[in-house]
Amino acid sequence: MSVNTVSCTVKPAITLQLGDAKTDTSRPGVYVIDVTLPIGQTVNIQEISFKNYYTACLTLRLLIRGEEGAAKWATCLRNRCLMPSPHTEEGSQDYYSVYRQQMLIEPDNVLAVRLILRQPSSSWLNFSVEEIKIHPCITEDPERDIPDWLSDLTHVDQLSDLQGLPDPQTVSSSIQQMWALTEVMQTNQTTASVGRFDKAASHVKDLMLIYNVVLVRFIS
Amino acid sequence: MMDEGTELSLTIAQIVQRLKGTNLHSQIERQAKECLHRPEIKLESLKDDVRHFLKASGWEKKLQNAVYRELHVQPPPCHPATPPEHTKEPLAYMRKAQASWEKRILKSLNSMCTELGVPLARKRPAIEQKELTNKWNEMGTDEPDLSRFRPVYAPKDFLEVLISLRNPNHDSSEEASSKSYWGLVQVPLQVRDIPQMREAYSELCLTSGQLGIDDLTHVPPDLFESEHIRIGKKVLSEQDSAAAQQYSRQGCPTGLRADLWSLILNSTNSPEDVLHYNQLKAGVIHHDLLVDKLIYKDVKLTASNDDYYFVFEDYLYQVLLCFSRDTAVLDHFSYNSATPPKSYIQGRVGEEEFAVVYPPNGVIPFHGFSMYVAPLCFLYNEPSKLYAVFREMYVRYFFRLHSISSSASGIVSLCLQFERLLQTHLPQLFYHLREIGAQPLRVAFKWMVRAFSGYLSTDQLLLLWDRVLGYDSLEIVAVLAAAVFAFRAENLMEVTSLASAEAVLADLSTLKVMPLIQIFLFATVI
Repeated sequence: MSVNTVSCTVKPAITLQLGDAKTDTSRPGVYVIDVTLPIGQTVNIQEISFKNYYTACLTLRLLIRGEEGAAKWATCLRNRCLMPSPHTEEGSQDYYSVYRQQMLIEPDNVLAVRLILRQPSSSWLNFSVEEIKIHPCITEDPERDIPDWLSDLTHVDQLSDLQGLPDPQTVSSSIQQMWALTEVMQTNQTTASVGRFDKAASHVKDLMLIYNVVLVRFIS
Repeated sequence: MMDEGTELSLTIAQIVQRLKGTNLHSQIERQAKECLHRPEIKLESLKDDVRHFLKASGWEKKLQNAVYRELHVQPPPCHPATPPEHTKEPLAYMRKAQASWEKRILKSLNSMCTELGVPLARKRPAIEQKELTNKWNEMGTDEPDLSRFRPVYAPKDFLEVLISLRNPNHDSSEEASSKSYWGLVQVPLQVRDIPQMREAYSELCLTSGQLGIDDLTHVPPDLFESEHIRIGKKVLSEQDSAAAQQYSRQGCPTGLRADLWSLILNSTNSPEDVLHYNQLKAGVIHHDLLVDKLIYKDVKLTASNDDYYFVFEDYLYQVLLCFSRDTAVLDHFSYNSATPPKSYIQGRVGEEEFAVVYPPNGVIPFHGFSMYVAPLCFLYNEPSKLYAVFREMYVRYFFRLHSISSSASGIVSLCLQFERLLQTHLPQLFYHLREIGAQPLRVAFKWMVRAFSGYLSTDQLLLLWDRVLGYDSLEIVAVLAAAVFAFRAENLMEVTSLASAEAVLADLSTLKVMPLIQIFLFATVI
């Protein structure tokens, strides 16, 4: 599914800034990139993937063809943060995807995609996104939420194991015990450490889940 | 990016794949099969009973420790389109800098090789092999002529490379210098400030007991020490890596440290590990590598001259010579920004099937490398155990101290953090040192590259490394470096040259690290 992309044209970025673009010496903080499909074609989007280049946050708008052929722009993603700290490097060159499930509206019958890039920090000379790819939905298969590459990692004979994933009862009961324990401990903590404890407790929950699944895989 | 559920599934799949086929996996399978004969295993509740048995016999705990270890070295889950070089290091300009640094090192090694007419590797004649086998436990008595050999690079060469690192997309013009940095490192990496570190290192706060502070002679042991030791013994009996790691944050008692560290690192001394070590030893005896000379030279120049470590000279050879030949170390290059140097069989340059990694473990030692091993000699006296612990510490932490990467534990981040902490909390001192041409990093760099090994007294160093293991990060090394400057600030304000600044900071052997760190993190006025 990830290698399945729709051919599209990525238009050059347009800056949005106050004042005259030619005489203004400060660098723009907003760019808009339009991605259009071949004329007449629409797509039901499963995923939009791209590589970041120093963009701090991203807003996505889709041009959707409605009934009677009228097309309307709608925002499907608002201010998704790509760089947690715009002055520093974290996330600046990472690969990202926006999935269908994360969008505010159903990305069906899409004619064009508009990416609005923001970078409030003046530290960077340039910013944009690269390698923009639009992945369409292939079939109406609601169970294909797990990407292909995940099952590629497990052996073929392990695929059936996915159905034999840990017995929800056992896993949830052991996690419940852990959770109950952490709840008890949590009530005894001072308020100062409760916030951190939540994080620690969810980390412990994840850890226990990993331990249980690995053990079950080994002895099944 | 991906949602939490998918991230978790991916992590699990990767861990299962890594652990499948390992010795532990086959042992657990065998245990599971054998326990079927036991009377308490019933057919109706087979899965539950087998799991119960594995839990009671300690095998589940061993598996948990192995999974925990994998979680430490696994790179964070990333986007499926991410190419492998991006996993090693996400920033393109850092990858480039690391690649050109590696080229320089390799060139230096090759030119030394050609100049001296010594081959990169050669098979030892039988007589030499026999001699080496006999002398294995006392290689330190050997006095080969190493005057022609020189270390491939020293930490100060590496510092120059780090200083020259620039992000081509970063605006370093004057208008942008409202947030000007006085330091030498000019890359805008994310580093933590004191308020954030107070949260992260909360176990080190002023109201928490610490080994290194609350175990001194004038403090009654009932206050903290006795209870802490009791808990330590319990942690060891439970054999739980995660618990040991948490425990280590407040320090490890001297008597329990060796076992606790090997538990945290999941470094067992199983028969397979001993066998592996003996195979490496056989490799040393059969073949002589050029890097062996570099190791000899390094040990002679550094550890042998050190009051605390010269007694361990023989152990150092036994560990480092084997380390060079251990191809298992190559695994860590998947998350290390560095790439192992390759040489090609004559005439077949560029063809991967004819590429050979040199040295076999891909790590070219530099001046001071043996100091990573030396402190561990105080804890372990069995060579295979010492080797296993060192190797794990290298592939988790030490490799980050001599490769260029954007990692939070990487040397670039540590240098930047040191400078930021100094500029924020000791601005007068920083400004003064800068004015006299004594940039603080030029003094502190050599401490951080070795994680303070050889500069602190051993007991203090081990207390520091307790926290490195406990917090799974080298950040505390940068904090200590800043704390040392804070401690000697008065004297440093009086110096007028780099040489005198170096003199003030030359001897750290009397320092107590935990009070310094605690005061710097928790008593600094923000």
